[in-house]
Amino acid sequence: MSSETFDFEAFKRAASSVEVAGKMGGMPVIRVDETELFRAASFLKERQRYTMLLEITAVDWLTSPKPPSTRFETLYLFRHEDFARTVALKVAVHDPEQGVDSLTPLFLSADWLEREVYDQYGIVFKNHPCLKRILNHLQFEGYPLRKDYPIDRRHLCTETQDMMDELGPLIETEGYDLANDNLMVLNLGPSHPASHGTIRTIVALDGERIVAGASEIGYLHRGFEKSCETHTYNQIIPYTDRLNYCSALMNNIAFAKTVEEMLDIQLPDRAIFIRVVLAELSRIIDHLVCLAAGLLDMGAQTNYWYLFNPRNDAYDFLSKLTGARLTNSFMRIGGMTHDLYEGWREDLDDVLKKVRQGIDETLRMVAKNRIFNERVQEISPVSAEDAVSWGFTGPNLRASGVPYDLRFADPYYYYDTFDFDMVVGSVGDTHDRMMVRFEEMLQSIRIIEQAVERMPQGPVNVDDRAVTLPPKEEVYNTIEGTMNQFKLIFEGVKVPAGEYYGAFEAANGELGFYIVSDGSGTPYKVKVRAPSFLHMQAYPKIIVDYQVADAIMTLGSLNIIAGEMDR
Amino acid sequence: MDLTTQKLLEQNMLGDSVITTRIDAVIDWGRQSSLWPFVFGTACCAIEFMATAASRYDIARFGAEVLRFSPRHADLLVVAGTVSMKQAPILKQIYDQMPEPRWVISMGACASSGGFYDNYTTLQGIDEIVPVDVYIAGCPPRPEALLDAVVEIQKMLWKEPALKPRRPDFKGILDEQ
Repeated sequence: MSSETFDFEAFKRAASSVEVAGKMGGMPVIRVDETELFRAASFLKERQRYTMLLEITAVDWLTSPKPPSTRFETLYLFRHEDFARTVALKVAVHDPEQGVDSLTPLFLSADWLEREVYDQYGIVFKNHPCLKRILNHLQFEGYPLRKDYPIDRRHLCTETQDMMDELGPLIETEGYDLANDNLMVLNLGPSHPASHGTIRTIVALDGERIVAGASEIGYLHRGFEKSCETHTYNQIIPYTDRLNYCSALMNNIAFAKTVEEMLDIQLPDRAIFIRVVLAELSRIIDHLVCLAAGLLDMGAQTNYWYLFNPRNDAYDFLSKLTGARLTNSFMRIGGMTHDLYEGWREDLDDVLKKVRQGIDETLRMVAKNRIFNERVQEISPVSAEDAVSWGFTGPNLRASGVPYDLRFADPYYYYDTFDFDMVVGSVGDTHDRMMVRFEEMLQSIRIIEQAVERMPQGPVNVDDRAVTLPPKEEVYNTIEGTMNQFKLIFEGVKVPAGEYYGAFEAANGELGFYIVSDGSGTPYKVKVRAPSFLHMQAYPKIIVDYQVADAIMTLGSLNIIAGEMDR
Repeated sequence: MDLTTQKLLEQNMLGDSVITTRIDAVIDWGRQSSLWPFVFGTACCAIEFMATAASRYDIARFGAEVLRFSPRHADLLVVAGTVSMKQAPILKQIYDQMPEPRWVISMGACASSGGFYDNYTTLQGIDEIVPVDVYIAGCPPRPEALLDAVVEIQKMLWKEPALKPRRPDFKGILDEQ
């Protein structure tokens, strides 16, 4: 991300107590006083046009070797409307119980992001409309991401919340009276066939029409971020598989890429091209499962077979390559476990042929199908402005007509040299969200075909003994090799102290990793910027005024993956 | 129906006679090929369940394709994926709603033991909440492994009395002690 055009002087005039605290990659980090946070953020939004609040997180510096003046700091990432620039704001939190100002009046995405920080760190956000736990259950005690919270302290949950504290006020603002207006309150989930995971949405219905809705998430919160703090960088790779398990390889690549950027190492070209091929194949199989399940939800069952079977063929290719169908763990910091196998090209060609066939057959059945179109067109449209404010990224944002794709905005891995098109929708309804995915799969096939043609010979790992494991013959025959292996396995790849935010255009949108390193082989903190988390936040708002059956389709078209959303 | 029975019927050799058998044998014979699964799919394993239900692996070959989305219609609970502490009361409620007899498959490492999520949020195995009949190893298990578990349940039900409730004495951590 380039930073040269950030107008720091104007920013300084607006908020009196700011200072540049350094840079995170190319991104300027600006330190703001607690009392100035709200003004600074609104200035960034209104005057500097940083219209997307990408991420909010906090860091607990309790066990850091070089702690700053306060134990807690909150971090805000803002993205410019040109999508090329990002700026970070840092706020030292003097008293977590006093907290900092909430940014909810400015950005739609702030609501859940702040609730998560409150839930995990116990930092209060003043004037937040509904500050309560989001990932952990309400009987949970303590704040798990604080450094003095032991990782294995569990709390029994005996009951589920009724959610009326969130739904009730929403019903009132819509002008209804729950007691007298004969509304029906209906639970969709947490175990619901169309929720594709454990997600709960509670809706108030006036007849078939949804009057208000609220979602409860966190059912699949598996403590990814806390687990990262006790594992070495390469040990984290299997955990990343299970974020978005429909495209596991892509998460591997995104995480490895971020750490490699922190290490400032350049991968060999063959490794880069293999990663492009596997990332695009993952995008295809992710979209396949989204569309297959989405169409199944509306009763179009045949398409489920048409789309899921090529996915199974892709699994065959991946299990031949990596040994696993779903959770591949194929990447390593500095490259990958091994090279492609002999005959991979024919297998891959075959997979792509079948994928294309599956897409063709499905599109022939649905594209001009009146039932399909009437079920999905003009259902839950999201305007471009709202999509940005909600923090949408990926296909869901592009469906709303915003031409933003990291592969174009900030090209990595030679994406600027591939010939492919960005797929953009127009109205952002369920139809667009689905059709953008159909077309993106075809574009991904184009990229794969070019990458396969251009793939050079050579190594697939960096030639750096501080990063890559030595070859086995060295480990077994030389003392240096044995020591090298031992240190890399036990201590991990040592990453220079500092902090970094790396972003990757994953199947669902911008998958970001914010990593703080203390110089050891284990990260001090990892925060995932999960696209599904922000998409889900918008869901209970955009289904209002539509019917329950539409809400099911909308959820399918947003492609919420619980593993990624709840982490 | 085996060949001899068919032959007997075709030749009308049985005439007006009556076949006698044990009630257990008839019920178990009916049950084994009509297990109705309820899938409590939470995570990655649920995606492998989808593959098992799709045409390549085709769970219908084992008579377990009637997926029910209400636990009240199902007799086989497949817990596919990680169960967090927050999900535990929901899992218990689902299990309690299932009519007897009911079987439980714990699919994958997380459901069986918490897997590699030994942390503040994850339940360390669903057998703390509900009784489990078959555990499947794998993260996630391949579809063949799930089919194997279904066959395992089919074998199991033959060995049990057909009309008695199963596991009446089980007490999980959410049951009142």
